[in-house]
Amino acid sequence: MTDTTFAPARQPIVKRYPVVLVFLGCLALFTLGVTILSEGFGIGVISTSFVKTLGKTLCLCLVALAMDLVWGYCGILSLGHMAFFGLGGYAIGMWLMYARTEIIVVQSLSAAPLPPTAQEISDGIATQIFGVVGASEFPPIWAVAHSLPLQLAAVVLVPGLLALVFGWLAFRSRVTGVYLSILTQAMTLALALYLFQNDSGLRGNNGLSGLQNLPGLGHVPQSTVSIWFFWASALALGIGFLLCTWVVSGKFGSVIRAIRDDESRVRFLGYPVEAYKLFVFTLTAVIAAIAGALYYPQAGIINPAEIAPIASIYLAVWVAIGGRGRLYGAVMGAAFVSLLSTYFTGGQAPDINLGFYTIQWVNWWTVLLGLSFVVVTLFAPKGLGGLFDLIAARTSPNRHGADLGPDVGALREKEAEK
Amino acid sequence: MSVFRRFFVAALSLFVTLAALPVSAQDAQAPIQRLLQEHGEIIAKSSRRTIGPAIDALAASGLDEAQTVLERWREKEMWQNKDTGLFVYAEEIDRRTIRAFDFATGAALGEFEDKAYKQLKPNSGIRGLISAALVRFQLTDPNPRARIAALNAIERDADESHLAALRAVVDAESDANIAQRMKRLERILTIRFAEEDAERIAAIQSFEGDLGVDVRAALNPLVVTQLDVDSTVPDSPDVVRQIEPGTDALGLDAAYALLVFKDLAVERISRDAQKAALIANIDGDTVGGLQVASLNTETARDLAYAALVQQGAVEAAATDAEVSETLSQFVFFERYSAVSPEVALAAHAVLKGIENKVAVNQTIDLGLDALSLASIYFLAAIGLAITFGVMGVINMAHGEFIMMGAYTGYVVQLFVSDYTLSILLAIPLAFMVTFGTGVAMERLVIRWLYHRPLETLLATFGISIALQQLAKNIFGTQARPLTAPDWLDGSLVFNDIVSISYIRIAIFVLALLFLALFLIVMNRTRLGLEVRAVTQNPRMAASMGINPDRINMLTFGFGSGIAGIAGVAIGLYAKVTSEMGSDYIVQSFMTVVVGGVGNIWGTLLGATMVGTLQKGIEWLNPSNTLAAQTYMILFIILFIQFRPKGIIALKGRAAEA
Repeated sequence: MTDTTFAPARQPIVKRYPVVLVFLGCLALFTLGVTILSEGFGIGVISTSFVKTLGKTLCLCLVALAMDLVWGYCGILSLGHMAFFGLGGYAIGMWLMYARTEIIVVQSLSAAPLPPTAQEISDGIATQIFGVVGASEFPPIWAVAHSLPLQLAAVVLVPGLLALVFGWLAFRSRVTGVYLSILTQAMTLALALYLFQNDSGLRGNNGLSGLQNLPGLGHVPQSTVSIWFFWASALALGIGFLLCTWVVSGKFGSVIRAIRDDESRVRFLGYPVEAYKLFVFTLTAVIAAIAGALYYPQAGIINPAEIAPIASIYLAVWVAIGGRGRLYGAVMGAAFVSLLSTYFTGGQAPDINLGFYTIQWVNWWTVLLGLSFVVVTLFAPKGLGGLFDLIAARTSPNRHGADLGPDVGALREKEAEK
Repeated sequence: MSVFRRFFVAALSLFVTLAALPVSAQDAQAPIQRLLQEHGEIIAKSSRRTIGPAIDALAASGLDEAQTVLERWREKEMWQNKDTGLFVYAEEIDRRTIRAFDFATGAALGEFEDKAYKQLKPNSGIRGLISAALVRFQLTDPNPRARIAALNAIERDADESHLAALRAVVDAESDANIAQRMKRLERILTIRFAEEDAERIAAIQSFEGDLGVDVRAALNPLVVTQLDVDSTVPDSPDVVRQIEPGTDALGLDAAYALLVFKDLAVERISRDAQKAALIANIDGDTVGGLQVASLNTETARDLAYAALVQQGAVEAAATDAEVSETLSQFVFFERYSAVSPEVALAAHAVLKGIENKVAVNQTIDLGLDALSLASIYFLAAIGLAITFGVMGVINMAHGEFIMMGAYTGYVVQLFVSDYTLSILLAIPLAFMVTFGTGVAMERLVIRWLYHRPLETLLATFGISIALQQLAKNIFGTQARPLTAPDWLDGSLVFNDIVSISYIRIAIFVLALLFLALFLIVMNRTRLGLEVRAVTQNPRMAASMGINPDRINMLTFGFGSGIAGIAGVAIGLYAKVTSEMGSDYIVQSFMTVVVGGVGNIWGTLLGATMVGTLQKGIEWLNPSNTLAAQTYMILFIILFIQFRPKGIIALKGRAAEA
């Protein structure tokens, strides 16, 4: 074919995007450093709970990557990705809780004179798990909770299918922009409200707990388990970064960026816009779910409040502060803001005494975060990632003040330069 | 010492004898005293279980003094002489002395040392019985209040004797209202206690279509049915219906349990009992010839149990096949168990009529509920209809404006204690506060972000988060009260089923007022004209001499101010918390989007739809408002699929603006 002869030879992705190498290098160094400093495998400078915080932060970075892909590159401001994140957590949490309770129940029944029947074991587990919501039978959604592979499949399939169906309905009827954001927020709210009910089958507002204990590995100390999860989170983040870079690098990436900038023009050029959006939406939902499945075993507990719409809004805040439209920006934003939040709301930050009033950071951090978010939106649309442009002096080509994208909603160059 | 004590005791007993002397002057043969003496023992014993006959005898005696006795007794003012056993009533003069009176004559008997008397202290159970017995005396009390109190007492806790008592007085009653109540109560008691079926049926039929809760309470026990079983359905009038076992009405287990209860079938063994029997018969490591370790399935356990039955170690239990075999030999049916079938059938027919009427009324009530919920949603959404619908600005902090309005009301109430005045002050103040905040927000943030809706959404989210936390820091996390004035308390009651609280009516009226205000401002004022011009084409409007900046600022302030007033109204109805705004924000946007952006009538329709829908779903599943909200949101998501532009879609140029 003549087409291919004109195309330049495709170089490997790391060569075209050196940032990938830098990022992976930093991540590897960070992982190595934390491992050496940890209690489980190293000299014990970092406490186990802080290792868990760092591991959780890596998961949040991963979901922020997904958010950046769907929002920063494809222009869909989804306020539902933390719901997918939570669903992933619930899916893995069901197995963790089931398997651990099973071990306990089998142990307690083994002392009985007769060997227990399968029914007796299942009844025992159900009573243990659902006692708090006054039920003693397994709801149908726990049908495969006994099997790790099936539950792992559910981590990917349940949020993936939800995103697919929801996205298909929404994109098909050309719901775009803020309407789509509000619709995704409504979906998140509906899901959270549903899970808050006691008869939802997932223990209502008690949520799933005790997830930090791995079934069958009771003898392994948490300091070791925390490092395992830290490695897994780092690995997932690395792979996620590579995957996202790959997705946005080629022609596919150009098309989704074009959809962000002017959807109808892309449609008139003959691209199936809905299919592209649906693919990105579903893919990022799955990434978010995987991040959630790694996050909640480190957090130990998941309840419906984690799915509430505000969580997804914070996710948008992280990505916006980090700088959307560049993957490392999302990771930076998530890490920076979530660690700062942990610092300030954890009560470690010193109070500021103004003489007439003492500012307690536990109370005032959220106010500061909200306002700084407004400031970033107004004055620094590029976020933290924009700092790198200053260092590299790498600015977009001068368009003499015109829109960066063709539609009225796009950034104007003047604003982007601020 | 002992000498002293002996002397003291002797002196005391002498004193007691002396003190008791005048009492013996009391007429022991008076009819009331004789009656009391007859039941003296159980009265003195004062036990709720045995006291019944004594109270009944007093109440039925027909003696005028019986009422005094019962009242004094209930008030713990009846005393019994320890020596003679005669009863008196007395008042305590001080801690040691009492002044006694004779029941028969009411004459004072003198003052006595209270050691000579034993005070009767009926417990609350006995006092209840006494009160019930007193009712018949109160029914003839000249004071109408006492008669009403007596009727209330009967309504609370009726018994058979009240029917006769009521019948005796009902015709003599002079007060028309009380007479009406008495007649109604008499009919209800007839239904419950009358001996003659014909009487009861007549009373039942007189209540045709009556919505009173008391009627249903009287009728429902009459139509109680009992499950029965036989080889064929008996041809008797009290059989209500036949029931197939294994349906929802009668589970297989329940049906079989009934057979076992009636000794028509062998008991079935439960899994737990089977397990216990097996454990009891473990022999070494086998049970009935099977290895214990192999008994980890139900089939294996059944086999082992069967083996034990063969050995004669345990009783035979029915197997599943035998159970279904036995069940097929019998028919199950329900029969009226409480009263004779004629009465039950009459009651059933009347109840059915009443239930239909109740259903109609419930629908009306549900409609009113839905309407008031719709007006709350409309109130919450109308500010958005201006900022989002007209200006196209996504304001996620809209809910926080509602919250600010409600907190303004709360603060005003801290300073102004008169609730009517404070609400009247709070409404303009809330408007001013939120108008000011809205204008400040427009000037500082939103005007930089026109035509960048996603950025507006994010920035206003930031403001929303900050405002919410700010309110939490100032007012704390617990809910603050916003109290409605007295004249808004209570409800407008149409009948026992349909009622609506005045607050809801007020909110409804307020919603209508807002609608009118919106229409007048937008269609009849200079501001409205300029707003419409600026929304449609800001440049053209500017060249006509309108200052778009000023108009945008005012419009945004106006929308925010209305949200503040809505906040005061919503605060009266719900609790004021820092999160109350976020409870409404998604629903408000849904209301505007479902109705159709940019059209106030659409918002009205949207609110009506969302409110009706939510109440409808709640009615289907009353225990669960969370589920109702979930399904409502799902429905709206689906609805937007089919009408992406809402119920009323703008057409033409306005749609593109």
